[in-house]
Amino acid sequence: MAGLEDLYREIILDHYRTPRNRGELEAPAVSAEGHNPLCGDEIRIFIDVKDGLVSDVRFNGSGCSISQSSASMMTTAVKGKPVEQVRAIVKRFKQMMTIDEDENSSIDESINLGDLEALQGVVKFPVRIKCATLGWNTLLDALVESDK
Amino acid sequence: MTFDVTTIRKDFPVLHRLVNDKPLVYLDSANTSQKPQVVIDALSHFMETGYAPINRSAYQLAAKATDAYEATRSALATFINAPKANEVVFTKNATEALNLVIMSWGQANLKAGDTVLLTHMEHHANIVPWHMLVAERGIQLRWVPLTSDGQLDLTNLDELLKGVKAFSFTSMSNVLGTINPVQHLCAAAHKAGAITIVDACQSVPHQPTDVQKLGADFMVFSSHKMCGPSGVGVLWGRESLLEAMPPFLGGGNMIADVRLDGFTTAEVPAKFEAGTPAIAEVVALSSAVQYLTQVGMHNVRQHEIELSTYVLNTLNARFGDDITIHGPINPELRGATFSFAFRGIHPHDLSQVLDQTNVCVRAGHHCAKPLMKILGANATVRASFYLYNTTQEVDALADALDSASDIF
Repeated sequence: MAGLEDLYREIILDHYRTPRNRGELEAPAVSAEGHNPLCGDEIRIFIDVKDGLVSDVRFNGSGCSISQSSASMMTTAVKGKPVEQVRAIVKRFKQMMTIDEDENSSIDESINLGDLEALQGVVKFPVRIKCATLGWNTLLDALVESDK
Repeated sequence: MTFDVTTIRKDFPVLHRLVNDKPLVYLDSANTSQKPQVVIDALSHFMETGYAPINRSAYQLAAKATDAYEATRSALATFINAPKANEVVFTKNATEALNLVIMSWGQANLKAGDTVLLTHMEHHANIVPWHMLVAERGIQLRWVPLTSDGQLDLTNLDELLKGVKAFSFTSMSNVLGTINPVQHLCAAAHKAGAITIVDACQSVPHQPTDVQKLGADFMVFSSHKMCGPSGVGVLWGRESLLEAMPPFLGGGNMIADVRLDGFTTAEVPAKFEAGTPAIAEVVALSSAVQYLTQVGMHNVRQHEIELSTYVLNTLNARFGDDITIHGPINPELRGATFSFAFRGIHPHDLSQVLDQTNVCVRAGHHCAKPLMKILGANATVRASFYLYNTTQEVDALADALDSASDIF
């Protein structure tokens, strides 16, 4: 059986206790809201896209340690990166979470998930995968908003 | 029969299995209850020896199956002291039973501008169908608020009931554990000219129920929370009201005649039982009713009052201000269902830690989001107890809670 230490890695708890990029962004930044209807978790992701770069990103909302720390780690991973690279990171992360919908896609080994690898242990607790991916799916919704 | 929890536990095989070499501490019975051996046996025995369609075929096996199915209807009528067995309608779950009565009674009796009274502690199943009627025909909803200790605030009940066509409320909150004064609420509603719909999912499995004494017009509950199989909900309604209602689902079994230009409905309760039901599950529910009757519903209630007292004393003594238990503090006013907040740890994380020692609790909004908003939480942890739970399991819950503090 997977132990709690697989789930609650120190880096995850650190992001939970001290979230990075927590807050909101004013317009022209856009935002999207995500819900986990199962547990009531809510998250809002704000992004500012300038010249093809995600120049700034913030999140707020409430939820469990996994949803909040994953969102915090996501913001540090995508801030300042080109939109195309952000999409690639999201895809790579979802592959790690075993929920990439495109079964034929190959894993892009050039993307280093760094600290995000700590969330790998979540896969051993299938009901928590939705917690870990809530912020990421909401980021994709925010990217759609920014395209409008 | 005298009540002995050790004897009761022997009847529930799942309680004796080990998960990762440790015993199971099942504290999620408000969600769904475990099953005694007699119910498991009844289900498999019927499947092995008596399974056949009901109400359709003339051969002996089918006739016997129909008798067994109808025997459960009679057993349930006796269990809740319904005047007539044909007032008991089987549905696929209590949610469908509520939808049936809300849609069908509502269709015949509610028009734009009519008002229905609900309470702030309702399950989504007693909120969303009403919202659907608001959208469909412009009815209005009014709400009974709560007191600070999670009881219905009945100060202005008569005012709230003025001009109301129906009062639909839970007999016991699935979040707070609060037991509502059903008899009083039904009397007040009738005085105001409103009919009553009682969501009794949380009370029928845990205390004696007498629909005639309570004075309700409709009551719904579910098999799977009262030691029976899942897939069966129960609607009880006064015969005259059921007869005046249009059918809910159309199809086989619910008709007297079908022509190219229309149909006529069957008598109650067949009118509301379209299609093939959960035959074996309904048959096995009869064994659950028999089991609970033998144990004695007064005994179940007494055991849960004792457990509630122990839960409140233990958790408050061990954790003091670190724990916030929602709902009434008087065990006589509540069932053994406890939602709580603990040391700021998110309910999802807390339930994950409790699972390490096989303490099974529910974390989430418990399908009562409006109530959660009033409590100021997105989610709570809920530990709910039943006739087979022990004070040792309360201690196991407390020990597991203690260990959660080490992580967060």
